[in-house]
Amino acid sequence: MPNYFTDNPDLVFQFEHLAIEEIVALVEQQYSESQKYKYAPRDYQDALDNYKKVLEIVGDIAGNFVAPRAADVDIEEAQMENGEVHYAQGTSEALERLSQAELMGMTLPRKYGGLNFPTTIYMMAIEMISRADASLMNIFGLQDIAETIHKFGDAGQCEEFLPRLASGEHTGAMALTEPDAGSDLQAVKLQAVQDESGAWHLRGVKRFITNGNGEVLLVLARSEPGTKDGRGLSLFACHGDDSVKVRRIEHKLGIHGSPTCELQFNDTPAQLIGKRKFGLIKYVMDLMNGARLGISAQALGIAQAAYEEALKYAKAREQFGTAIYHIPAVTNMLVNMRVTLESNRSLLYATSQWVDLSHKLEAQIQALKAEGKSVSEEMARFKEASKITSLLTPITKFVLTESSNQICYDALQIHGGAGYMREFSIERLVRDARITNIYEGTSQMQVVAAIGGVVNDLLAEHFNEKEEQKYKGTLRKLVDHLIEIREIFRDSLRFVVDKKDKQFQEVAAKELVEMYSYLYVGYLLLDEAEKDERKIFIANRYIVAGLGNSRRNAETIMSDQFVDLLHADKILA
Amino acid sequence: MKPNSIVLVKQVPDTANISGQVMRPDGTVNRAKLPAIFNPEDKVALELALQIKDKYGGSVRVLTMGPPKASELLRECLYMGADEAYLVTDRRFAAADTLATSYVLSAAIEKLGNYDLILGGRQAIDGDTAQVGPQTAEKLGIPQVTYAEQIVSVKKNSVVIKRKIDGGYEILESALPVLITVIKDAATPRPFKARRIMAYKNAKSLLELERMTESNSLLYINDLKEEYVSDGLYISTFTMDELDVERERCGLAGSPTKVHKVESVVLAGNEHDKIEATKEGLSQLVEKLMQDHILG
Repeated sequence: MPNYFTDNPDLVFQFEHLAIEEIVALVEQQYSESQKYKYAPRDYQDALDNYKKVLEIVGDIAGNFVAPRAADVDIEEAQMENGEVHYAQGTSEALERLSQAELMGMTLPRKYGGLNFPTTIYMMAIEMISRADASLMNIFGLQDIAETIHKFGDAGQCEEFLPRLASGEHTGAMALTEPDAGSDLQAVKLQAVQDESGAWHLRGVKRFITNGNGEVLLVLARSEPGTKDGRGLSLFACHGDDSVKVRRIEHKLGIHGSPTCELQFNDTPAQLIGKRKFGLIKYVMDLMNGARLGISAQALGIAQAAYEEALKYAKAREQFGTAIYHIPAVTNMLVNMRVTLESNRSLLYATSQWVDLSHKLEAQIQALKAEGKSVSEEMARFKEASKITSLLTPITKFVLTESSNQICYDALQIHGGAGYMREFSIERLVRDARITNIYEGTSQMQVVAAIGGVVNDLLAEHFNEKEEQKYKGTLRKLVDHLIEIREIFRDSLRFVVDKKDKQFQEVAAKELVEMYSYLYVGYLLLDEAEKDERKIFIANRYIVAGLGNSRRNAETIMSDQFVDLLHADKILA
Repeated sequence: MKPNSIVLVKQVPDTANISGQVMRPDGTVNRAKLPAIFNPEDKVALELALQIKDKYGGSVRVLTMGPPKASELLRECLYMGADEAYLVTDRRFAAADTLATSYVLSAAIEKLGNYDLILGGRQAIDGDTAQVGPQTAEKLGIPQVTYAEQIVSVKKNSVVIKRKIDGGYEILESALPVLITVIKDAATPRPFKARRIMAYKNAKSLLELERMTESNSLLYINDLKEEYVSDGLYISTFTMDELDVERERCGLAGSPTKVHKVESVVLAGNEHDKIEATKEGLSQLVEKLMQDHILG
């Protein structure tokens, strides 16, 4: 009877130490709905109680219902027959179970059938579902689509689309990618055409659309004929009716339960979401940020599953007269995995809280404006939160998805030859993890998204405060390490900036972003170590390793090893 | 027909997950170490009742007899969708065997009244007697159908039930009201529903409210109870005084079953017969199994 919430002490730790009083007060509008809905919280404590009880149910369903079906889902795969997409049996059953438990609209407002939970809590649910079956997350994790319609659509569109998404009767898809528009979404060609009555119709092809067979599609389309860049794109919502043809589904390395569709839109009636021309530059950026956080949680869930498998195997497998768990090289790998998992979890839920704060402030500003009240204070805080969110979201996705692959790699290694066989679930986890650092923006794109904030040293103030903070004795050494990492970072940054070479800046960006992440996560772990003795171990290994890595990164940057990129053609000839 | 159902439920030790600490050296069970769970077949019975309600309307009430802790189970019933929950609890009901248990349950059912269907699991995983359902039906003077695997339909004055029998099934029609015990395969219990969890997580029985007043002298039980009733969070609680029962027929006093002796039987193989994989070997095996009354 594994419950993926209660059996994971670190996830429970993160939950118990959430400081989200302001976020919850905003999301609950000062707890005004408790009169109207019996299940709405009366106060902060009541809200936390709600979250915990619901996360326990998610953990139960993930551990006892979803996980036992994951291997079969992987083998059966989503299928296409006569133009129709069918989920694997385990996927359908799991979706039905999650719908019955009323978990398909976790962040939507109550009036549309949602639970009105903060994103942070939703991310915890995604982590657990992904640990059970990564491919199920691709459908469960599409609740952001409803969130986007809610945020930018009008009241009629909310009424039309949201209740059935929240109940689980419908699922959604975001149709952004096209054959020639992957990382570069500005190149989207799919046409949105307005008829005489002003109604919109979509024409064209989308590719690699996760759950493209869903009933509600959010489509990025070119509404301004003749334009070539992102400013000619708008966002549309449509039903996945007969005018949307699934041309094929992909055969993939992993996440087999999630159907990846090629869609053809044949004059599909669609509704404009929000304002024309804001599709990519505002709405999709917002949607993508939410989705990137979701993929980070997915990567973390897969990594947690891989670690559990490796730990179990290492304790059971005997070689040379002892469980391999006791062989230092193996023990060290396990410790590394565990430290990475816990530091990643700190980062994910810290970022989630920033996302929550910035979203909720934005909503409050709208509400205040509608009442004709002053918003200057909220506006300043929103701008700050929004900047930090835009920095931490790509960093989180970059760090969590890359290390998820590393953890899966090491977990398979611990299994030895057995791990390469289908009998153990680790080979599936390795395959499932591999997409996380590709889709919703590759790691390289995350670095590009993060580097601006890193170069501007956006968290400088935050780090200054942390350096002033009084930590208990054992932790002071680690603070000194972090101060040293910061010096190394600044030297490296200065070196890169002074070089004034755009190409060089682009390759060195990864090293700089990594260093910045050691700083931010390092302080998160120090704060945790103040509260919990055991976390000192986590902080210690993370920061000591971070210092070593930073020195190496600085060496990479300053050693001029990237100079040969000028001669790439010769090398690659 | 909108049938009103009462589901009999029981909180039981999780006998399927017994770990090392649970068994005492003398072979008895340390109940405190066992997690308490919803008796699996009772959960199926509740699911069937809820499915009947989804299809035909009506209401679903759940009833349990047990210690104060049993209100945990009743909250879980509310999480699944039960309309009302009732706890029958009294020290004087403790140590009841199936006879005394069914006596008290039937009295509680009479008190609730207005029922068409009474559903329960075939048996609980702690006692495994399968007697409480049938005995309750006898005391209420209503028909009983055991081993139900499907409620085929609910009609105006009757219900059609498919029940499992040796080697197959039979389909029966019974007049209402009727008591039905169900087997595990009859349905898959639905999960707890997020909204109901949040709405009913604070539902409390009288005993739990009393405990709150004990730790806070500013609370008065009557006011508190009234508040919980008006919020729909009160788990109605019956003690012996609220039920029309004779004291000597309840609890230990009303239980003719006496445990004579508990023996810890350890099965251990000490010798074995080798049987060849031939026709002769097989018939030898069958003969031996019949001698030992394993095959009959």
